[in-house]
Amino acid sequence: MIWILDITMLFFLVVCAIAAISIKDLLSAIIILSAYSLIMAIVWVEMHSVDVGFTEAAVGAGITTVLFIATLARTEGRSED
Amino acid sequence: MSKIQESVIIRTVVRIMVPFIELFALYVIMHGASGPGGGFQGGVIFGAAIILYAMIYGIANGKKKMSDSLDRILASTGLTIYAATGLACIAFGGMFLQYRAVPLLSDPAQVSKYLIDLVEIGIGITVLAVMISLFFDISPPEPEVEEAEE
Repeated sequence: MIWILDITMLFFLVVCAIAAISIKDLLSAIIILSAYSLIMAIVWVEMHSVDVGFTEAAVGAGITTVLFIATLARTEGRSED
Repeated sequence: MSKIQESVIIRTVVRIMVPFIELFALYVIMHGASGPGGGFQGGVIFGAAIILYAMIYGIANGKKKMSDSLDRILASTGLTIYAATGLACIAFGGMFLQYRAVPLLSDPAQVSKYLIDLVEIGIGITVLAVMISLFFDISPPEPEVEEAEE
């Protein structure tokens, strides 16, 4: 059962990572990166590393997203390349 | 941004939630030694609560609660608590942060327990102040945002 959860989470992790670097709209990229962090936190907890998962959820999915969006409010919001 | 800030539901939910998030942050800091969590995570959660307040009630209101000078004082206070605990251990003949060297109580394990909590509190205070000042520094000034939307 847990084995299936592992494979599913890692699959969504790769999907989120590829989507975050290939998408043009930067706000969408930030939200996808936040989802990536949340899945990563679940994977950490599943690997019995609750402390790291806690940090990932608080910093990766929380503070980093807020700081990225605050930065985005000062820029154009579209990727040039 | 202003549309979100005007919403009654969001304002009420934020006003009710912020104290509970702060309480949870204090719980995480105090249980850092015995369970998951610690000074860093607790500080981040506490900072996130105040950032949430500042996002919905406006940066100016947030700065009223948490001014730049208070930020600076808190950041240096936390660092001082951490460094003073570590240096006190050296002063009593141990290594840096070797808690059992401090002859505060008869049982060295008890001294370790309380000094670890003290260090975690110091880390938490510094992290919360730095996170909030990072957000205030990065976030765009309020009047500019309103002009851009109009």
